[in-house]
Amino acid sequence: MAANGSGIDALGQFRLGHGLGEVGGAVNFTNSNEIMMLAGALILGLIYFGMKPRAMVPGRLQAVAEMLYDFIYTMCIEQIGEEGKRYFPFVFTLFSFILFGNLLGLFPYFFTFTSHIAVTGALALLVIVLVTGVALRAHGLHFFTYFFPAGVPKLLAPLIIPIEILSYLSRPISLSIRLFANMTAGHVMFEVFASFMIMLVGALGAFGYVLAVGPLVINIALMGFELLVAFLQAYVFAILTCIYLHDAVHLH
Amino acid sequence: MNQNGGEEQERGAASFEARLAAARDRRGLDQPPAPAPETAPDGLSSNALALGLRVGVELLSALVVALAIGYGLDRWLHTRPLFLAVFVLLGGAAGVLNVWRVVGPRPEK
Repeated sequence: MAANGSGIDALGQFRLGHGLGEVGGAVNFTNSNEIMMLAGALILGLIYFGMKPRAMVPGRLQAVAEMLYDFIYTMCIEQIGEEGKRYFPFVFTLFSFILFGNLLGLFPYFFTFTSHIAVTGALALLVIVLVTGVALRAHGLHFFTYFFPAGVPKLLAPLIIPIEILSYLSRPISLSIRLFANMTAGHVMFEVFASFMIMLVGALGAFGYVLAVGPLVINIALMGFELLVAFLQAYVFAILTCIYLHDAVHLH
Repeated sequence: MNQNGGEEQERGAASFEARLAAARDRRGLDQPPAPAPETAPDGLSSNALALGLRVGVELLSALVVALAIGYGLDRWLHTRPLFLAVFVLLGGAAGVLNVWRVVGPRPEK
């Protein structure tokens, strides 16, 4: 699919196509949306079927569901404080959606929806709008003192305030770019090394098969690394959301 | 370990905890007293990889926002390159501030 003779089409995997056949084409339902729906269904399924047994000693599925729940719950309490319980559903949804998106993307033929900045940007904007809303509701206009920390000389105000505002505005950018860049870079590397294999075989024949073991080994190692990145990026996204919520609730 | 039969579940949590502790004792699972997690107070800086990935993006994203704002203002007011120059400097400062927020000491929780 990738190496057609000479070039490597590393970005072709991120091209959107239509999902769900004819109907999907008519309403612009993309393969990205398909995986999103799948991720949502899997999360709901995991929670529903995982929590169904209600066993004292959890089975495998229940253990996964409980670990996921407990992990985010602890994170919310630790990062935001007692008020964190109120925002737990939001952070949990965000984390599990991104995590499943990242993990599903690792399967062959599956689209990685977190590799599109439109998706990560929308998620980051959602976070920032919510955080700003929370801050405005909790502190009213007092929120704007956030941009001018106490104890700074008045003389520095023209310098500090623009810098603080820029720093605040850069949050959605850094949130979205980090997730999108990590996922895109990982999948491009998969594609490039996989293409090396095909090119080696194409150019050198039987000897190429021997050499192609090299890129294959790299791709296997890369798969392990990408599993780490998939989890790590979901974690970073969630914990940054928590830190921003902490700032919103406590205004430092 | 795997016998979570029906009658065992009904004896209540206290009895279960006690029996679990006893079972773990027998098998010597509790010998090392849970090693202290090597986490910084931050919780993020515990993971060097996450930290490294984060710092670079923080530095860059402030600059990107500043560039966009400066360019937009210049286009609107036809003052190129005044605001672009000013905002690049401010953006660089904001980027450093972002990085400081990540690696510096965190204020009280």
